[in-house]
Amino acid sequence: MWSILQLEFMQHALAAGMLAALACGVIGPLVVVNRLVFLAGGVAHAAFGGIGLAFYFGFAPTAGALSFSLVSAMVMGSITSGRRQRSDTIVGVLWAVGMALGVVLIDLTPGYNVDLMSYLFGSILAVPASDLPVMAALDLLIVLVIGLFYRHYLAISYDEEFARVAGVPVRLLYFVLLALIAVSVVMLIRIVGLVLVIALLTIPAYMAEQRTGSLWTMMMVSAALAMVFTIAGLGLAVAANLSSGASIILVAAGCFFLDLVVTRLRQGMGRPSGAAS
Amino acid sequence: MLKPSPSQAIAPPPGPVPAAGSAIEVDGLYFAYDGEWVLEDVHLSIPERTFLAVLGPNGSGKTTLLKLLLGILKPARGRVRVFDKAPELVSERFGYVPQNTNINQSFPVSVGDVVLMGRLGRGLRLRRRTKRDQELVRTALERVGMWSKRDRKMAALSGGERQRVLIARALAVDPRVLFMDEPTASVDAVFQTELYSLLKTLNETMTIVVVSHDLSVLSSYVGAVACVNRKVFYHDSAELTTEMIDRVYHCPVELIAHGFPHRVLRDHRDS
Repeated sequence: MWSILQLEFMQHALAAGMLAALACGVIGPLVVVNRLVFLAGGVAHAAFGGIGLAFYFGFAPTAGALSFSLVSAMVMGSITSGRRQRSDTIVGVLWAVGMALGVVLIDLTPGYNVDLMSYLFGSILAVPASDLPVMAALDLLIVLVIGLFYRHYLAISYDEEFARVAGVPVRLLYFVLLALIAVSVVMLIRIVGLVLVIALLTIPAYMAEQRTGSLWTMMMVSAALAMVFTIAGLGLAVAANLSSGASIILVAAGCFFLDLVVTRLRQGMGRPSGAAS
Repeated sequence: MLKPSPSQAIAPPPGPVPAAGSAIEVDGLYFAYDGEWVLEDVHLSIPERTFLAVLGPNGSGKTTLLKLLLGILKPARGRVRVFDKAPELVSERFGYVPQNTNINQSFPVSVGDVVLMGRLGRGLRLRRRTKRDQELVRTALERVGMWSKRDRKMAALSGGERQRVLIARALAVDPRVLFMDEPTASVDAVFQTELYSLLKTLNETMTIVVVSHDLSVLSSYVGAVACVNRKVFYHDSAELTTEMIDRVYHCPVELIAHGFPHRVLRDHRDS
């Protein structure tokens, strides 16, 4: 096992995993408590349009993914905050359009055989060293913004209407949050792929919510859980020669269901039968 | 008058005040949901330190009216002025108790942190919580009898306790106007009596607007009543004799629930 850790690509993979898990730990709880899970999924998939565009015009795929996810997050955000009715439909449409656009653009890219799977399901073992400082900088940005305006984010997440009456610039904070979600999603695409991003944003946050008494401890616990899932999933992938992204998600999902069952059983034992709500 | 704190002082209305000491002015207000009028031609002039009860059956537009006064909703026509300004410009001195106390029930947050949300203030100021913030939070929690539970998780509270916490959050604002939407919906009778006597004390320094669909609020110390049923009829203190409140209160609630508040209050067409 230690000999594997000596390998440079493995060290990069672990470092990238930890950096992404930190972003996921801070942003995931905000996604969950603000019920933005579907929107985050839409942003992740729409990012594929940007990846296709990058290949077609020959620029860095990460830049394409980042710009597309930022734009789609803003578009989805303005639609969902303005007209609440049917906003999920529009998120769903953008979700699919982004994917379709990406596939068609890659079709049109002459003589280029893109490894689609690595974007759909992650390629943590192929993270180049040059990505690490960028990821660290994005983490810093996320932690700084959420840290500085923690009380504001707490207030708008708990009761947006009260926060608005109190004079908190709810809309501005909401769009900044969407931008941070887009940034986190792009980081997570590296690790688990755009199809599996939602799982890593929600599973640690959900498990943390059951165990914590405040939003910031929920963030710490979900970051820690995301790190554990990433390390364990990566270990499983290397040991059994499996896909890394899917292994990470399966480890997370396994813990999630185990947790659900244990909680249910405990509730069942604590209360008279039939009283469980 | 309230002593405005330096950081949050609302400038007094410039020049001569049109309606002396008026807290809330509503002029020819209309509001529609999906093309259907919910409120029509509403005129209100509520003097400062009024204790106003907004009554009406379910779906009559009471909550909508409240949200228009708070600046959460914008009128389709007409205008709302609070202390002579658009409500959203002075709303940091509004204490708002929303109707739905079940929002985000599993949200991981403590009682104390929820009440502290009342101390955020306008904009994105980055400031540590001050001594004054802590005092206001403490006083607010003590007033609703929840100080001993300040470290409890909101999710662990009963509906009535959550309601008390949301009332404390509104009081922590140190409001000039207190807006409450069905504040007694899930509290027990004992606390309801306590709340009304608390409101009486608070009314000495602030304007209070209480929305209710049941008439028990009239057993409190209300000074004026606005009956809402798409149109709004205002009955000021002169009309609200003790005897009348007594009569209203002892009438079956259905009277108002069915939209006939006119039988107990003076007929609206007369006014």
